[in-house]
Amino acid sequence: MSKIIVVTSGKGGVGKTTTSASIAAGLARAGRKTVVIDFDVGLRNLDLIMGCERRVVYDFVNLINGESNLKQTLIRDKRVDNLWILPASQTRDKDALTKEGVEKVLKDLMRDKFEYIICDSPAGIEQGARMALYYADEAIVVTNPEVSSVRDSDRILGILQSKSRRAELNQSPVTERLLVTRYDAERVDTGQMLSVNDIVELLAIPLLGVIPESSVVLESSNQGRPVVLENDSAAGQAYDDAVARLLGEKRPMRFLTAEKKGFFKRLFGR
Amino acid sequence: MKLLEFFRGKRDETANIAKERLSVVIAHERNKRSDASGVKHAVYLPKLKKDILEVIRKYVSIDDEDVTVKLEKSEDRDVLELNINLPDHAA
Repeated sequence: MSKIIVVTSGKGGVGKTTTSASIAAGLARAGRKTVVIDFDVGLRNLDLIMGCERRVVYDFVNLINGESNLKQTLIRDKRVDNLWILPASQTRDKDALTKEGVEKVLKDLMRDKFEYIICDSPAGIEQGARMALYYADEAIVVTNPEVSSVRDSDRILGILQSKSRRAELNQSPVTERLLVTRYDAERVDTGQMLSVNDIVELLAIPLLGVIPESSVVLESSNQGRPVVLENDSAAGQAYDDAVARLLGEKRPMRFLTAEKKGFFKRLFGR
Repeated sequence: MKLLEFFRGKRDETANIAKERLSVVIAHERNKRSDASGVKHAVYLPKLKKDILEVIRKYVSIDDEDVTVKLEKSEDRDVLELNINLPDHAA
């Protein structure tokens, strides 16, 4: 059975695509046949984050319209086995994604025995975002420790609970999980940033992971490498933990406390 | 900047303000959502129950569980169901 997981947030710029890339690469590295789909029609970016932008020939909308087949359209990752990318199209027609079209592609992917289908949602609550979450079995809600992001995440939770296919058919609800990104433990300690516990309490969904704020995230995106592949970095390890938890492993949360700074570091910054 | 902060002492703990504002706005928006979808839930129900308990206890002694308050919403009307169990020895 394939599992369809949407990576969503409502708000833009919180790390949906970064998360989609890392979760997909992590699952593939764990031996699961995985595809990651860019639902941001018109503003394609997953290809850049995954480092395959020069290998895009056909896209999601071509596939829906029957202008290409799966084999021609899916891009195979060169670093990680079991990993494929389905790029968004750059068309300006925002209604290019329809329920029927998306369903057709998802069914094709299931027939191809993909174990995990990761849907990278665009920001907002319009057509693209709704299509990305409609068929989901599970949702990873990406949230920054910041007021507008938390509020928008709650909004998206409402949509998952009322507008997803599972909700419409009265099936068991979409499994919701929280991923807090850009977490700065030091600022939490000084009371200037919402803590993970605050966010969990406000949104009332289980925590999948906490990704610490890290310069490595930008550096990986510069090079088109999923952060999870940076084994030496805290952000990479935090994504690896999140993937393991997604696969049912119990791992304690890490990177929730600030590293102790010496007197001079405190005086003069990092 | 860091040097200044060090001597000036701590800044305000604004995270608490953020949490408080969010809890209010999220509760409000969730209520609107459940109203729109017709699911139960009304913020005032627990308080209503407490008030009713207090009034009845002026006359009869009853347990918390002896009062149940339910609100059912349908398209054209809302029904408030109030169930009070009096103990046998109540006069």
